Amino acid sequence: MSSSNSGNVGIVIVSHSHKIAEGAADMVRQMVGDAVPLAWTGGDIDGGLGTNVAGILEAIETAWSPAGVAILVDLGGAETNSEMAVEMLAEDRRGRVVVCNAPVVEGAVIAATESSGGSPLAAVKRSAEEFYA
Amino acid sequence: MTLDRAARERLVRALAEAMIEHADELTSLDQAIGDGDHGLNMKRGFEAVLATLPGLADKALPEMLKAIGMTLVMKVGGASGPLVGTFFMELGKSLPEQPVRTEFIAATDKAINAVKARGRSEAGQKTLLDVLVPAQSVLAAGGDAKAIAVEAARAADRTTPMLAIRGRASFLGERSIGHMDPGSRSASLLIAAAVATLEREANS
Repeated sequence: MSSSNSGNVGIVIVSHSHKIAEGAADMVRQMVGDAVPLAWTGGDIDGGLGTNVAGILEAIETAWSPAGVAILVDLGGAETNSEMAVEMLAEDRRGRVVVCNAPVVEGAVIAATESSGGSPLAAVKRSAEEFYA
Repeated sequence: MTLDRAARERLVRALAEAMIEHADELTSLDQAIGDGDHGLNMKRGFEAVLATLPGLADKALPEMLKAIGMTLVMKVGGASGPLVGTFFMELGKSLPEQPVRTEFIAATDKAINAVKARGRSEAGQKTLLDVLVPAQSVLAAGGDAKAIAVEAARAADRTTPMLAIRGRASFLGERSIGHMDPGSRSASLLIAAAVATLEREANS
């Protein structure tokens, strides 16, 4: 986990696997350096494969930026848990966090690249999602 | 219906026991078509709920249900945590402290709609909704505890030949056919435990 005071959109990576989340974050960091706030979470609360809402909330907090946070997820449970976490945020933050419909590794790298140029949240999300188009 | 503190605690314990006792069965169902952690996840979630007793049962019914939902959301993990947790949280939001039958019907309907929204799913896609929806219909039609529990168990059985469209099993496509949906099985067990406890309280 690491944060940045760049003011750019934050990126959160959520995988069922701790190693995938960490590895994807490493790739993002190599691409964009410290230009974007970045956090990752992977695994259930016992350290097994899975995702957990508490971990996602913590990652959103770490990667928080006034410009918002884009979340990249792997499989279904990661998406459901991320959406749950977004709903549990304080009202003034809820509208500034989005879950992207994009592959976790490619999406994270593309979203972070877009964010590093100072793009707003909607553009960051769109870039990540265009990977599927 | 009035559930006093002791009754609320019995309800919590009955729900938790149903999940803890059937953890292995749920896990083996999930190993067939999912990622094999459903039993363990539900057990962990309900053990966490048990750990909040006795304070949990001091709360009024709506607050208690919301607290159960929140604990499940935070502790179950997997997609089941938010789905089952949302059901309890929404039930807590919708029920008065001493609900009558019509209020149970309205609240369960709302809670099911919240689960549909959370999972962006409908009945017929081999998920817990395939148990929640028909069991709620029996409740709405005036069925007693036994009728509701029987329908919940049958509904879980009926997921066996279904093709999974949502959830992890959907990746298997046709291979999801022939296995009971683990989330439907756990929902049927929770419903059976809940209605049996509530019926005993109503008759006592």
